[in-house]
Amino acid sequence: MTNANTSTVASAAEDAALSYPSPFKEFWQGFSYNKGAVAGLIFMSIVLLCAILAPLVAPYSPIEQYRDHLLTPPAWLDGGSVQFLLGTDELGRDILSRLIYGARLSLFIGLCSVLLALIPGVVLGLLAAFFPKVLGGVIMRVMDIMMALPSLLLAVAIMAILGPGLMNAMIAIATVSLPAYVRLTRASAMTELNRDYVTASRVSGAGLFRLMFNTVLPNCMAPLIVHATMSFSSAILEIAALGFLGLGVQPPTPEWGTMLASARDYIERAWWVVSLPGLTILLSVLAINLMGDGLRDALDPKLKRAA
Amino acid sequence: MLSFIFRRLGLLIPTFFGITLLTFGLIRMIPGDPVEVMVGERTLDPQMHADAMHRLGLDKPLYAQYIDYISNLLHGNLGESLVTKSSVWGEFKTLFPATLELALAAMLFAVVFGLLAGVTAAIKRGSILDHGVMGIPLTGFSMPIFWWGLILIMFFSVKLGWTPVSGRLDLAYDITPRTGFMLIDTWLAEAADPAANAGAFKDALMHLILPAIVLGTIPLAVIARMTRSSMLEVLREDYVRTARAKGLSPARVIFVHTLRNALIPVLTVIGLQVGTLMGGAVLTETIFSWPGIGKWLIDAISRRDYPVVQNGILIVATLVIVTNFIVDILYGVANPRIRHAK
Repeated sequence: MTNANTSTVASAAEDAALSYPSPFKEFWQGFSYNKGAVAGLIFMSIVLLCAILAPLVAPYSPIEQYRDHLLTPPAWLDGGSVQFLLGTDELGRDILSRLIYGARLSLFIGLCSVLLALIPGVVLGLLAAFFPKVLGGVIMRVMDIMMALPSLLLAVAIMAILGPGLMNAMIAIATVSLPAYVRLTRASAMTELNRDYVTASRVSGAGLFRLMFNTVLPNCMAPLIVHATMSFSSAILEIAALGFLGLGVQPPTPEWGTMLASARDYIERAWWVVSLPGLTILLSVLAINLMGDGLRDALDPKLKRAA
Repeated sequence: MLSFIFRRLGLLIPTFFGITLLTFGLIRMIPGDPVEVMVGERTLDPQMHADAMHRLGLDKPLYAQYIDYISNLLHGNLGESLVTKSSVWGEFKTLFPATLELALAAMLFAVVFGLLAGVTAAIKRGSILDHGVMGIPLTGFSMPIFWWGLILIMFFSVKLGWTPVSGRLDLAYDITPRTGFMLIDTWLAEAADPAANAGAFKDALMHLILPAIVLGTIPLAVIARMTRSSMLEVLREDYVRTARAKGLSPARVIFVHTLRNALIPVLTVIGLQVGTLMGGAVLTETIFSWPGIGKWLIDAISRRDYPVVQNGILIVATLVIVTNFIVDILYGVANPRIRHAK
């Protein structure tokens, strides 16, 4: 019985060695080798699920004020009640519900600002790689200028012009993360451009558009995906920072950073108002960064060695 | 070497003009024109409006306005604040030492602990200590630093009462600013008049500790990570094996043979943290009510004091690009391979 089993296992292993593993399986092997990345993935899946199902998961409305329950401590402390698991804030709003709805906002703004930076960044980067002389020079100079400004300062400056608000915060964050995408795309496209397959494609008459997006771009995707993940986490941090400075999403919208803006006044008597939103930001960003590390290990062994 | 400097300078100048274009464009992209912004809620009759536009040179074509702006800049005229009516450059000069003092203290914290963490992790590679120590930069990268500041205040200032909550010095002290650096000023004042200013230096130091830790956290993470990977690279070199083989003490191998060579990339990274520090200063100074450049800019934005926003950002950006330029040059001095590469 045991013998039969081992022989099946052995032959299965042999088969697997003969056939090339599916791209997804290969990716998963690399990714799951990194335990931190798997933990990050699990945590983010829970956050994402909460965000999507917010109206079902959250016990209360995020902006409903329970005036009889101002600054109620979390349930496990003296004076806390099961009614408000993570306590209430200075206006009697349920913190758990606000955090859950806040996840919606943070993930949404993060995703949008990544896309808003990724798409133009890739196009500009490819253009810079394909036309390195004049157009590329101009694009890269402009990116250098944007890089010279500290990113938060540039975001603050953009918010100063556009005025506070959700849409403007997305634009500001996308703008500050644009140069990194352009540089990354250009650098990887430049190396690809010298490869034989690109020449072959060019010789067989592929047009510029096809060369850019069908031939070269798919081969530059690995570093871009890794960078997009990392910049997703920094976007979450930047939205929170803008919210904290009063320039981002405006109250009473439950945004993690905005929730902290007024928390400073309650530092002496309500630690949960101060700690919980920040802890949520920290854990989410940490989880995404861990996932990014795992993606890097799985997709781009070259980057792994460099880091 | 000279041609290397000129090549880098050739990149610096267009970058500077690019930034002036940006700050010039900034004020013109605000909805409504600057005159409306200045008068705010009050209504203005068309004649006065036109006069104001003319006085400010805003009725000229855009390129002429830009030339005016540049010529003003080159004459050292950075405009004046709409709120305080004092010159932007003057305000910058009085506030800058506060930010510089904070940034230097933050850098000291980051360098000392970052190097320590990086070296420890590299020596004990793969051990629990390595994983534990490297957890610090990972957390540091993910830390919302404004929250980190609040948590530190909550614990050390409110709960333990060890450090003050905000500002640079207790109001009880009256210190004449000589250098603008509170540590030096209080030290001088204490030396001059020990009775009146007893404890001023210690008070200034206590005010500085928490903001410096908060501002230094991200650079600490960057330095620790860089030191570790750079150390690991150098540890693989043949000359390190030779040093070990000829029987040098492990400490000598690590500190003299390895660390010295591993430091070159780390130094560059330290130099490039200036931008991060200026960005972080905006948040840190807001949390700790630290009277520096970051808080100045944020206050200016909330008061819609556009000349301060415009030229304050210009000054900070110039500062960052000039520092990066100097780091570049120093790197070229330290590493000939960079200097001769095209």
